[in-house]
Amino acid sequence: MNERDVTIRLNGAARTVYVEARTLLSDVLRHELGCTGVHVGCEQGACGACTVIWDGRAVRSCLALAPQADGATIETVESVAVPGGELHAVQQAMHEQHGLQCGFCTPGIVMSLVAAYRLGVSSEHAKASVLNGHLCRCTGYVNIRAAIDLAWLAIGDTP
Amino acid sequence: MKPPAFEYADPATLDEALAVLAAHGDDVVVLAGGQSLIPLLNLRLARPEVVLDLRRIASLGCWEASADALEVGAMVRLAALERDPSIAVSHAGLRRALGFIGHEQIRERATVGGSLSHADPAAELPAVLVALEGSVRVMSAARGARVIAAGDFFGGAFSNTRAPDELVVSARFPRLDALSTVVEVARRPGDFAMAGAFVALGAGFARVALFGVHDRPVRVTSAEAAAVAGATPAEVAALVRAAVSPNADVHASASYRRHLAGTVVARALAELAP
Repeated sequence: MNERDVTIRLNGAARTVYVEARTLLSDVLRHELGCTGVHVGCEQGACGACTVIWDGRAVRSCLALAPQADGATIETVESVAVPGGELHAVQQAMHEQHGLQCGFCTPGIVMSLVAAYRLGVSSEHAKASVLNGHLCRCTGYVNIRAAIDLAWLAIGDTP
Repeated sequence: MKPPAFEYADPATLDEALAVLAAHGDDVVVLAGGQSLIPLLNLRLARPEVVLDLRRIASLGCWEASADALEVGAMVRLAALERDPSIAVSHAGLRRALGFIGHEQIRERATVGGSLSHADPAAELPAVLVALEGSVRVMSAARGARVIAAGDFFGGAFSNTRAPDELVVSARFPRLDALSTVVEVARRPGDFAMAGAFVALGAGFARVALFGVHDRPVRVTSAEAAAVAGATPAEVAALVRAAVSPNADVHASASYRRHLAGTVVARALAELAP
């Protein structure tokens, strides 16, 4: 009785799953819909690894019940570059600046930065207020900040 | 680290939501943005019988500014309010407070009604509402609407004074003819503050409210009077430190919190001074 259909527009295609209402969006994306680029770290909103783009805005997918996302448009890292295709400017810059090591936090950071990039926020804002929402235990953030500077150069924002 | 099982209700109308509360009262938790509640569910610190999700009730998602106040629906997302350029003019202190709450990724989902109702002692919005002498509007199926003054709404740590069958529908943030700001000290940006202050300075009046210091927001009227009388920030800070008796916890000792309480007020006054 507490199971229900939840339909989301995921990475460009409508997908419907039948899940318990208590199922987290992060678990729907990973376990029901195969988007294992959604990494699950803390499940309490602190680490940012599970960040996805929800109706254009970066949010924590571990802090939403699946039914809350019914009707939403969700983008995960799987949609940012197609296999074999060109990387997004943010991904390319992360690659060039070595903005990752173990990679666990990377998909969440990429999704937050892609959303910020599209919204046209400044690189300073991206390095402070956007990156603040993510924990990275490898890089010390220095190379991620360098990647932001590089990516934002392409939209005319010099650090 | 997964929510326990519960009955889930996501009615499309306010009347239906009030009926759920009337039927289940204390066994219901209300889900607004979920940025505090879902962690509590994931950690199983909350085990409600019923989760009442307000997401489909469109009337709760609007805000309206008038000449004397900003009336904000319970489901208004913090980030949406933060993006309204008129808020930065009419409610500078509130706007500043919003930027301290969690991270952008949290504020996109977090709501005004949720933040106020959750009543975290270290939360910014309750202190802003208390300082502005605002109010919370609640509704129940049995008794209709009533307005609870901010000073009466916060009942202690993580507790408010709405009745079990009542729903918080909106909050009223009066407009002050004053300069206002928020200053806080936290270990890291986005963390809950160890101490923070909302301070407003107008012609012949001042408002000083602290958060993260007591179990609920606290006004410091002695500091307000001194600020109006032209005391220096250091003198006002001393009055604040004399007026508060914070608890110690893992984040800060009581004496450090008392020190910070004065410091954040002094910094706010210095920021507002010409």
